[in-house]
This record gives sequence, C-alpha cells and structure tokens, in this order.
Amino acid sequence: MPEKLFKVNSEEYILPGNRACSGCGLSIAYRYVLKALRENTILTLPASCLTVLHGLYPITSVGIPCLNCTFASTAASASGLVAGLAAMNRSDITVVAIAGDGGTFDIGIQALSGAAERGTDFIFVCYDNEGYMNTGTQRSSATPMGALTTTTPVLTKQQNKKDMMKIMEGHDIPYLATCSPAFPIDLYDKFVKAKRIKGTRYVQIATPCPPGWVFPPKDTVKIGRLAVETGITVLYEIENGKFRFTGRSKTLAEKGTRAPVVNFVEKQGRYKKMSMEQLGQFQRWVDGKWNEYLRRAEA
Amino acid sequence: MSNVQIMTGNSAAAWGARLSKVQVVSAYPITPSTSVTETIANWVERGELKAEYVRVESEHSVMTVCVSASTVGARVFTSTSSHGLLYMHEQLHWAAGSRLPIVLCCVNRGVGAPWSIFNDQQDSIAQRDTGWIQIYCRDNQEIIDTVIQAYRIAEQVYCPVMVCYDGFVLSHTMMPVEIPDAEKVCEFLPPYKPHTILSPEDPRNINPVIFPWQRRDAEGVLRDGYMDMRWKLQHALEGSRDVIVHTCRDYAELFGRDHGGMLWSYRADDAEVLLAGMGSLATEATMAADLLREGGIRAGVVGIRVYRPFPREEIREAFRNIPAIVIFEKNISYGYEGALCADIKAALYGTGIQTPVHNYIAGLGGRDVKATELAEATRSSLAAIAAGKKEQQTWLNCVTEL
Amino acid sequence: MEIKDDNISAMCKPSIGEAGKTGDWRDATPVIDHGKCIASVKNRPACYLCWLYCPEGIVKAGIPIEIDLNYCKGCGICAEECPARAITMVMHEEVKK
Repeated sequence: MPEKLFKVNSEEYILPGNRACSGCGLSIAYRYVLKALRENTILTLPASCLTVLHGLYPITSVGIPCLNCTFASTAASASGLVAGLAAMNRSDITVVAIAGDGGTFDIGIQALSGAAERGTDFIFVCYDNEGYMNTGTQRSSATPMGALTTTTPVLTKQQNKKDMMKIMEGHDIPYLATCSPAFPIDLYDKFVKAKRIKGTRYVQIATPCPPGWVFPPKDTVKIGRLAVETGITVLYEIENGKFRFTGRSKTLAEKGTRAPVVNFVEKQGRYKKMSMEQLGQFQRWVDGKWNEYLRRAEA
Repeated sequence: MSNVQIMTGNSAAAWGARLSKVQVVSAYPITPSTSVTETIANWVERGELKAEYVRVESEHSVMTVCVSASTVGARVFTSTSSHGLLYMHEQLHWAAGSRLPIVLCCVNRGVGAPWSIFNDQQDSIAQRDTGWIQIYCRDNQEIIDTVIQAYRIAEQVYCPVMVCYDGFVLSHTMMPVEIPDAEKVCEFLPPYKPHTILSPEDPRNINPVIFPWQRRDAEGVLRDGYMDMRWKLQHALEGSRDVIVHTCRDYAELFGRDHGGMLWSYRADDAEVLLAGMGSLATEATMAADLLREGGIRAGVVGIRVYRPFPREEIREAFRNIPAIVIFEKNISYGYEGALCADIKAALYGTGIQTPVHNYIAGLGGRDVKATELAEATRSSLAAIAAGKKEQQTWLNCVTEL
Repeated sequence: MEIKDDNISAMCKPSIGEAGKTGDWRDATPVIDHGKCIASVKNRPACYLCWLYCPEGIVKAGIPIEIDLNYCKGCGICAEECPARAITMVMHEEVKK
C-alpha cells in the first residue's frame, strides 16, 4: 500500500533484528538504496558500520549478495567483480560498492580514483556520516570544521570538509549525485536512475548519526532535513557535466530562504566546543558553496 | 610436434597464464616483473588472449581485483615483485583466508630501504605465513610448467599459489623453453569450480566478521568460529602436499617433464655434504657440487622446490645419514637466521638427526653468487665442522665488520 | 551427531534476528492512537510517514498500521515525524526510576 503512495518498490531487503544502532540514518537510506537497486545486484563493502548491519557469520541481515573487502579496497573489489562477471558473461548484474566516508574520502580514495578513471561500470555509494563512526567517532576528512571527535577531542576539527563530489567530478564520469535519508524518495529516484546508466556512477548520502553527532535517535530525520534547509547538505545531480538541484534544495535555490547554519549546529553535541569564529567560517563556507551551485544551475 | 622457443622467464610466465586460459588479469608494473604484464596486455589487445585486463592503480588493488574476480568464478592471474608484493600483503592474507585459487608469479627482488631492484628472495619469503602455497622455480621451462600446474593445484585445494622465480637471473635471461601444446593443457586443467556463491540466485554475505566462538545459524547448524576456519586453511595447506606431488607426476606423464614435486636432489646418494637452496641458487649449487666432486669432495644438492607447505617428510628423508648440511639462501629473518635454515632445522627436530647445519646468507640485493664461491664456502664449512662447529651463520662475500 | 560446518570460507545466509530480538534494546515503546492516525481516520492508504522513515522497516503500513515490537529498537523517529502526533513513546518503568 505505501508503495503506491510513494511510488517505490515494496520489497524490504534488510531483515529486522540487525545490528545497526537505534535511529541509524544509514538504515533509513539503505532501505531505499536496495529498494531501488533490486535483486539483480552484487554489493561489495569494506570495514564500516554497514559491515555490522550486514551481520556476523553465519547469519546476514541483508538479502542481496555481498562481498566483504578490506578497508582500502572497496572500489578495486568492485572492479574485480565487474571484470569477473564480464568473464562469466553475467554483466547484466549491477555491481555496487558501498563505503563510509572513511572508506571513500580517506583510505579508500586511491582505489576509487583508479576505478573511476578507468570508467569502471559500477555504482560507488558513499554514506557520509562525517567520521569513523564504526570505531567510535574518530575524525575523517569528511568531518566538518568545529566538530568534536575522539581524535579532535579538545580543539575540534580544524579543516573544512573535503569536497569529495568535486574530486569525483574531476574523473569525467557520467553521473554524480548527493542525497539524504531525510528525503527518501529523492534518494530512491536517484538510485533508480543510476542503475540504468553505464559507466562509473558516484552517489554520496549525507547520513546523520545519533551517537557520533550526539543527538537523540528520534531526531535523525529532523537533523537530516535541517542539513538541507541550511544548505549544509545540498541535494543535486550532475549528469554528463550538467548540474541540477533536486527536491528541497531546488525549492530553496528558487526561493532563496536557507536557514542559518547555527540552527543545525546548536542541536548536536559534537559542536559544543565550536567557537564563534569557526561558526562564522562555517557559515561563509556553506554560503560560498551554495553560491557556486547557484551559478552552475543558472549556466 | 615440439615447439621450443628461446624466451625469458617473464615470457615463460606469461605463456603459462595464456595456456591456462586465464580470464581476468590484473597487474601493476614493477621491475623486474613488468614484462609479464606487458606481454599479456599485448595479447589481450590483439585478441590473442580472451581475458579481462584491469589496469589498476596499485598492487593492493591488483590482489583485490584477483580476489573478487575469483570469487565470482573467473580464473585469475597476476605477477609482481618486491614492494609490489609487500604492498598487497594485507590482500595476500585475505586471498588465502577466502580460499581462492589465485596464481601469482613473484619475480623475486630485494626490498628496501634502501632500494634494490636486483634479485633476492626476501620478498616472497616474508610472505610465508600468509597461507599461500609457494613454489620456487629453477629455470624458465619450470616456470611455464609450474604456472600451469599451479592452477590445477590451486583449484583442487582452494588455496592460492605463488610461483616464485629469481628476478633478472631468470626473468630477463633467455633460455630454450618448450611451449606445451594448448589442447593438452586444456586436457590437463579442468574448469574452475568456485566454492564461493556470489549471485542473486542465492544471496550470501561473504567474509564478514566472524566470532571467536562457534555460532548456530538459522537452521540450527553449529558453524565455525575464526579459529576453526583457520584450522581448515592449515589442513588444506598440509593436504596440498599430496596434490602437488600427484600434479607434478601427472604433468610429467602428459608433457614429459618432471620438476621434482616437493624437492629434487642432485648427486645426493653418496654425498658426504649436501648443499641446499631454492630457485636459481640451487641450480648454481649443482655446479658447485660438480666442482667439489672434481676436487674429491662427495657433494650433492637438495633443491627445495615447494617452500610452503614445507616438505617436512622429504627433508627428513633427504638429510638422513648425511654428515654435513650447508644451506644457501637469499633472505634473512632479521634477529635470527635464514628462514630456510630455520625451517630445515625445525624439520629435523625429534628425528635423531644430529647433523651440523651451516647457514650462508648469499646474494642479497642482487650480489652475484658464483658456483666457485659456493664450493669454497662448502669447503670452509667442512673444515669448521671437523673442528667441532655444529652451527654457523655466514654472510657470503659481504662486509661483516663495522 | 552434530552436522559440521561445510563452509571453507565465511559465507552467511540471510535470516531475521541476526542480533537477536532487538526489541530488547528499547527504553520506550511506541504506542499508536489509531483515532489520530491519518490512514485509520480516512480509512484508506494515506500519510505512512512512519513506514517511510522507520530505520528498521518494521512498520506494517496497513489499516490500521502495526509496529513489530519484537524488533522495534525504540528510536522514536516514527513518533517524531508523525504529522498527526498519533504515536507516543512511552518510557519503560525501570528506566523512569
């Protein structure tokens, strides 16, 4: 019944009783990722929160074939699946790599760059919860400025979030997109579209994390929504080089009424040591990126 | 109809892969293994070898591609050396733990720091604990034959196989090699049947976290904990000994060449001293044995062909009733002794064999090792043994004082 | 005679409850007021934001809606997102103390 309302595949590929945290943003996103991809998919994933969600031997919580790999190697693992399946005449199967921000922005970046540069026919999904959350919230290059993590426990993260979308754009790939579990239908539609495209597709999911960002689990969707409202998370697609806002970000771009970043920051314990100076810098950084996107959308 | 060509060790390795009809090749250039992958790239782009060729950006990714391609059922091949092998170390463990029949040619080269591009065996010896079968080749003919045998062994025992041969000494030296008949190779190699299931028809999650303890699955079957799974790998490695020996014998029957199974010996029957080594160093030792015999010393050679699984029984048999053993090797386990020497001595433990064993570290970083030096070292050891020195570690032709 | 594990590498099969009955995790239980739930009130498929946002996918979007309390982790997102305020998270007595 809800599938007709929301126009989504009704199948649930994630079984209940799994090890994801209560209120996990990834869990919400992953439901729709898999609904969009459907059965004819093989996943590969590195050490990450998702490894834990998938479960420990001999039981798995996910009904899609999956190959675990080492932390640095996700995109290479996918490359091997693509090559192996081609050799076995099973290129009809969609290969999907799915890693956290650590496995994408940091330790996984080399293999990802290589796979994208080779035009490997796969989808690389990054669920970005802005830190190494599986191991208890250490900082990654995706952690925003001003955030506390266990490896930036006193002074907070000093650098801005790395713009991974820009880096991936530099690889000449046919499709890139950002999305959020707070807007699941926008997310679902992007994955349905991605599945149909040939070549390297990169999708980044802005994933709120209750324990890591320090907010109550009931607020996961609210925080995700606030990220979009403030322009910290921007929902967009770049298809064959053409930039396009989508969903709520499109509306904001047209109406120009973004909320100030402080609304987002004040709701999370990870920002409790953020200085006023950092807050100002953060607002300017978000504004700068937003204006850049506005220019691209107009072009 | 004999098809003998003059070719380098690297060409022989590439031919071995081609005849084995490998389906996925992923390799990264590194001296002195590069021409293996260049040869294959040439064949693939000309349509002479039908394989997916993945030009990855690092050796870590090389082995990752091999793992996932092998998991879905493709026969895979790669080659590397030295730091390339070291870079994929994590993935070597992963491949063995995944029980995948990957074949890798390690073109032996010294490791840094500081840099060496020249031959020694430190690279592959340092991987001896990873769960890979390791075979050391003496000459280019053995390389092509062993690569083919490696697929049969690997796909039967579900363990990856490392075919090692000395960089530059073999990789870049031209020798006559008979290229086996392609159809006969097809007859010799049955198709690869993966034990891994990775397909939408039967969704599984492969190699996630495993607990220390056993755990029941949804059907109530008690499944392995980590250690039980690891015992299976050890059991497979130990069991692979018989498969290696039979494969070598079957190959000899079909192709007329027997490379010795686990180890081979040369003029060892009446020996008063046995020289031991691996790869081209063992070949050099046969020339040293000839020189010694000319001088009146009854020397023989034991060439260790398979290093892992370690040929415990064969070693015990080969070194029974031998008054002196001299082991030459191109590696060192820092803080102890040469790995081969340590393993041989351990194999002799408990057998009652009290033979003095002398260890020579030779040829590190490509330092030339001549048969005359091996013969001289042997003479020197025999004198030391006569004077009562049961154990000794000598670095051959090397500055050994500060 | 115990059947031995025939796997030589770790291959898992899908099954519910990999982490057990995760309903044990929660401190508060969602209670639905079907008199406020839009789908129940309209007596046709409607809203279902609880189904949409549930991280566990354990909301049955029927008329009335049902939550599988065996596996509900008690995150409270459904209660938070319900536009009709039809779901209340009721704290467990032990936790209140």
